[in-house]
Amino acid sequence: MSEKLEQISDHDGNFMTLQFASRSENEAFARVAVAAFVTQLDPTMDELTDLKTVVSEAVTNCIIHGYDNDPNGVVTITARIEEEIVTITIEDKGNGIEDLELAKQPLYTSKPELERSGMGFTIMENFMDEFEVVSNLGSGTHIRMKKRIESKKALYN
Amino acid sequence: MNLQVELEHHRRVLIVRLRGELDHHTAEAVRTKMDEAIQRGRAEHLVLSLEDLTFMDSSGLGVILGRYKVIKSLGGKMVVCHVNPSVHRLFELSGLFKILAIYENERTALSELEVVS
Ligand SMILES: Nc1ncnc2c1ncn2[C@@H]1O[C@H](COP(=O)(O)OP(=O)(O)O)[C@@H](O)[C@H]1O
Ligand SMILES: [Mg+2]
Repeated sequence: MSEKLEQISDHDGNFMTLQFASRSENEAFARVAVAAFVTQLDPTMDELTDLKTVVSEAVTNCIIHGYDNDPNGVVTITARIEEEIVTITIEDKGNGIEDLELAKQPLYTSKPELERSGMGFTIMENFMDEFEVVSNLGSGTHIRMKKRIESKKALYN
Repeated sequence: MNLQVELEHHRRVLIVRLRGELDHHTAEAVRTKMDEAIQRGRAEHLVLSLEDLTFMDSSGLGVILGRYKVIKSLGGKMVVCHVNPSVHRLFELSGLFKILAIYENERTALSELEVVS
């Protein structure tokens, strides 16, 4: 392990980084990988389903909106665990979002011809405790979200 | 692919059973198979049966809403059954449960549709 990695993981926390091609077959891989990483917090099935769903939403958005389905794009996910809190970031270096307030509206989609439901951001906001988007036109979109995993506490307190 | 579509005709009702994970990757195949079956089978109504659906996200909401519109434009009715709590939550968030009747199982869904037709 490099010195830098050792330093980062020196605290109580744990982390992982994942990078993959912007291909739709990686959506399932991404959500399963994050769920497997979070398993160490002993989440309930419902908590795992929530996490898988938000990862699926954000990764799908990178692929279809960030990169317009171009498989040459790269999606980066990080997950960090500090005590019972999991922080997930999901990022693309694609198109970016012009009007973030509009994009976050429930049922709003810029691609109705693809039968999108426009519910991705609403789901991320509802399923996570914290959710933020930073996006710049032409340089990409970065999502950061947090969730407290309650199950462990409930079990041991 | 991580999703299977099982089709069964029951008089004028098409039963569609989804098994596996419905996301953006699998959504297109589901759409194609369902639209083909709707056209080919002269189905009036549709029962979407989700007992073996292990994962769904908002791409699934898009396909379901799309098929609802197809069936409705042909004058039929679409209902859903075996909706698990996480799928139900997505239906609630999106307002889909206001337009789609939800039944416990295929039998109750079918008997309702047979009254309609
Ligand atoms: N990573 C992204 N890059 C560019 N645009 C995005 C991205 N994520 C979301 N958007 C924009 O925000 C809109 C709403 O996203 P979402 O709520 O997930 O709905 P949907 O994916 O069904 O369109 C999208 O239609 C798109 O215009
Ligand atoms: Mg989306």
